[in-house]
Parts: sequence; C-alpha cells; structure tokens
Amino acid sequence: MAKKIIEMKGIRKSFYIGEPNELEILHGIDLAVNEGEFVSIVGASGSGKSTLMNIIGVLDRATAGEYMLDGELIEDADDDDLSAIRNRKIGFVFQNFNLIPRTSALLNVELPMMYAGVSKRARNERAKELLALVEMTERAKHMPNELSGGQKQRVSIARAMANDPSIILADEPTGALDSKTGRLVMDLFHKLNKEQGKTIVLITHNPELAAETDRIFTMRDGHLTEEVPE
Amino acid sequence: MNFGENIRLAWEGIRAGKMRAFLTMLGIIIGIASVIGILTLGDGLTGSINDQMSTLGATNIYISLQTKTTEHDGGARSYTESDLISDEMIADLRQRYASSIDYVSLSSHLASGKAKDGDLYANVSVSGINDEYLVANDIEIIRGRGITSADINDNMMIAVVSDKFVNNMFGGDTQLALGQEVSVYSTFEIYTFRIVGVYKYEQTMMNLSMAADVDLQTDVYIPLSTAKKLSNADDGYSSITVVANPEIDSANFATVAKNYLNKYYAENPSFQISAISMESMLSTVDTMMGTVNIAIAVIAGISLLVGGIGVMNIMLVSVTERTREIGTRKAIGATNGDIRMQFVTESVIICLIGGVIGIICGTLLGYFGASLLGVIAFPSAGHIALAVGFSMAIGIFFGYYPANKAAKLDPIEALRYE
Repeated sequence: MAKKIIEMKGIRKSFYIGEPNELEILHGIDLAVNEGEFVSIVGASGSGKSTLMNIIGVLDRATAGEYMLDGELIEDADDDDLSAIRNRKIGFVFQNFNLIPRTSALLNVELPMMYAGVSKRARNERAKELLALVEMTERAKHMPNELSGGQKQRVSIARAMANDPSIILADEPTGALDSKTGRLVMDLFHKLNKEQGKTIVLITHNPELAAETDRIFTMRDGHLTEEVPE
Repeated sequence: MNFGENIRLAWEGIRAGKMRAFLTMLGIIIGIASVIGILTLGDGLTGSINDQMSTLGATNIYISLQTKTTEHDGGARSYTESDLISDEMIADLRQRYASSIDYVSLSSHLASGKAKDGDLYANVSVSGINDEYLVANDIEIIRGRGITSADINDNMMIAVVSDKFVNNMFGGDTQLALGQEVSVYSTFEIYTFRIVGVYKYEQTMMNLSMAADVDLQTDVYIPLSTAKKLSNADDGYSSITVVANPEIDSANFATVAKNYLNKYYAENPSFQISAISMESMLSTVDTMMGTVNIAIAVIAGISLLVGGIGVMNIMLVSVTERTREIGTRKAIGATNGDIRMQFVTESVIICLIGGVIGIICGTLLGYFGASLLGVIAFPSAGHIALAVGFSMAIGIFFGYYPANKAAKLDPIEALRYE
C-alpha cells in the first residue's frame, strides 16, 4: 500500500463576520492523496476551493478536523512551525508566479533553501541543477522583469522544488499563460511527477487540464467529492 | 536567514529608489553632520586655545582698574593719575609675594602708524615695555637683544622689531636691520628709533588677522620710560600682567593679589582692582563650549528625531508596496523573525549610509570652519564611533515598528494583495 502524503479527516473551516454570524465555508472535507500521485481539485469560484488550498498549503488552520501532511500532524503548530512546514514540505506554484522582484532567477530558486539554512555553496549548486531541470540555465542571472510569463513560471517551479518538498501545490499555474506556454508548464509537471515521483496537487477550474491528472476532486458548496471514472 | 542576503536586498531596494532613499536619509545626514561638524570645530578650538594659553601664559594674571558700581551712578568718570596702579604698589606686591610671582609685565601703548623708508613700509603699533615683558610673554629674540633695564633707566631711543617688519623693510636680512634707524609716522608725530633686536612674530588667536602678510600690523617694542616720556603719559598703569609661579594655583593667587591691591583703593570712590587669571578664563571658555555643545546636541537630537520619523514613514510605505513579496516569502518558508530582520536591516542600512555621509559632511564642515580660524581639526575616533552607533540605533528604533508590521502580515491576505 502506497504511503499517504495528505490525509484529511472532517476538515471544517468557519469565518466569523462579527458575532453571532458564523460562516462555514468547508463542511467536513475528507481527502487522501498517495505519494507519487498527480491529483487535481476543480470547482467554481466561491466553492471553497481557495480556502481548501490554503489549508492544504498550511497557510491557514482548519477550525475543526484532522490534517496529516507527510506523517506530520498539523495541529497546534505555532507560526514558526507552520513556516518550517511550508518551507520543507510544500512547494508553491502561483498563478501570477510571485517571483521576488530585483532578485535574479538563481537567487529566487535559492530563497527557500536560504530560509532552511542551507549553506551558500550547496544552495547555489542545487539551484543550478533545478534551473537546468526546467531548462532555464541560460536565464539564471536574469531578473524576473526580464523573463516572459512561461519562463517565470518555470523558475517558480524550480523554486517550488528547492527543498525537495513532499508535495507541489499549484494554484492555477497556467491561468496567466497562453495555451502554448501553458502546455509546456503542464508537460513540466508531468515530467516531475513521472521522473522525480513528485506528488502534485493541481488546483484549476479548467476541466481539460484536470482530465490529464490521475484523480479529480470536485469542490461544490464546501463539499469535496471524487469523480469516479467510468 | 542569511544576513548578507538581507544587506543585498536592502541595497537593491535603495538603488531602485535612489531619490527617495536620499531624501529619507537627509534628516539623518543633517543631524549627524551638524553634530560632527560642531564637535570637530569645538575640539579644535578648545585644543588650540589650550595650547596657546599654555605656551603664552597659562599662569598669567591680568590685573586692571575697574569702576566701582555705586548706587547713585552718575556715569563713571575716567581715571586720573592718582587712580592708576603705581610703581610703588607693584613693588610692594612683588615684595610681599616674591615666591609666587615670576614676572610682572608692563606695557604702555605709544602710537600706531606706518614705518616708511622710500617705497618700503610696514604697519606697526609702538609700545613701551619693561625689561620683563618679552620673557613674560614668551617672545623669542632671533637677532640682537631685547629691552634691558639699562635702556629703561636711560630712556634710550631704541626698538625691537618683528621679523615680518624686517621682511618688509630690509628684505628679510635681520643682520642688516640691526643698528638701522627706523621712522614711524603716526597721525601727529614722527618717531625715530634705532633697531637693536628682532623678535619672531607668532600668529595667535589674540592677534588673528585676515590682512595680507605685507599689511600685517606688528608690534615695535621700545623702552617703557621712553614711551612715557614721548607721550607725556601718567606715571602709573591702568592694567598690568603678573606671571605667577607655575607651582602655585594662579586662579587662587589672582584673588590674593586683587585683595592685596584693593587695600590701596579702599578710599577711592570710583575705582577698584580686578584680577583674572588665564586659568579661570580657560575654564570659562570650556564652560562656554560645553553650553554650545549642549545646544547643538539638542538641535541635532531634534533633527535626528525628525529624520528617524522620515525613515519610519518610508519603511511603512515600503512594507505596503511589498506586501505581495512578503506573502510570497512567508509561503516559501520565511518566519516572522526572518521578515522582521529583513526590514530592520534595510532601515539600519539607510540610516548607516546617511550616518556615513553625515560624518563626511561634518568632517569637511568642521575642518573648513576650523581652518578659517587658523586651526586644523579632525573628528576624533570616539565621535565617529558614536555617530555610527547612533545612526544604527535610529535605524533599529524607527525600523522596528514597520518591520514588525510586515512580520505580522497574514500570508493569505498578503498574497491576495494587489
């Protein structure tokens, strides 16, 4: 039996918009993702998709329920613990890239390793390897504003891989790209999944992209259901 | 988190907005520059005053006539011969305090004017002096001799002139000058003396002059008795200089001498004796400089406070502008402490650069200010260290609040920020 990377049981999330109004966005989510899987979560905006993503990415805490990430229970962790978990176990890929401005592609890739306390030499070596993996070696010294959208996203994928995380969490990674470069980015995810065995969670509202993944989960009004292939 | 990376980031940030960073630094620059400038100038001045006082008479005591303040003051009358300090009084004082007094220096101004010889001229001030004057005032004879008691007894028509005077009148040949006659043209009279000696002219704080070398007015010394005879002056002095023995407390002796001489003035309705020692003048100068320093410190403090608020303001703007970046950093694993450190570093670097520019400006300011007064002055290492430390402290103090605000941002909100 494959190792479970994400294991969620009865995750609920409520927001208080001034008492006594309590708004529950997630009504008990159960989700299990195995190591090496490439899964997607689809859903309309307002379905609670982003909230779930924030909880998976440990940017936010659940109001109730249990969340195990790569054998670690995310519960009662303080801010610094959450930072460390994001740093080591999660690689974020954002729709709008979020590269640090005025900082070269190479240094952007080094950044998570710097926060992890990796030595200058080791992180420089690793960052070069990763840029080679995403075929961006020639642009290593370029600043983000000198890169095209597709190039930026490749750098940000390299950055997500920096600390060899348990999962890559990609939030609409092709949303800001044209279909051709979007295709290249999706191919890169497939490559990382197949060749490196990376577990990838793709959040998208594009059913065509979702169809490429191993399993598809659909978010609807705060409930998560898995699409069972016929 | 890597400290070097924080410095690199801060530097990139400052470079990206040079004008903004410079304007932010300006408050710090002005504050630090004024402190360093004034401290440098003050140190230079105090040092040079101390130097000069110790070479030309740290133990000097100036004794002079002073009007008595009366209740029905109808305006002070000017002194007459009977009011002046007489030779007898001086002799008594000397005898009474023989071990405390090294010299008594007496002088009487005769005239100011021009010494002329054809096209050659020199501005001079002619003064009669006693035989102790030159040694008491540390004036060095470089050729010939000084004024002796024999000269005074015989009312000799001789003079001791400065080397500057010799430069003007005899092309700098001091040997040639000896024995020559010199005529001094004052407003009403022409006096002719024979040169017997040349002394070395020293520029001091007392005779500071902006005049070109050739127009410099220097003293021509003649025997005291000769001066009195020529001017029909009163027999006595309105002021004298006593050089105290260096072994004794001259400030204390000034009071003793004043009290002693005032016995002669107990019956005098209008005048009394005042005495002030160079030592007490020196401490007055020190106190004055201290007061000036405090005033400057207050002004600089206000300037630095305003500068610090400017830094805080710009850091708050910077945090807001970089909200998304902060969110991203947190998402990839930066702790609150990492973010706080990054922004505090940036603020400290802005303040440090401002501080260094301020130190450079202040040094130039102090140097040129002091050189106008004929003094060479540089800031001390202690003052520079203090300025650097102070700039860093401002950076930390005023950078902490914005940095903390950045550290406490919610990563989700920050990532969503447009």
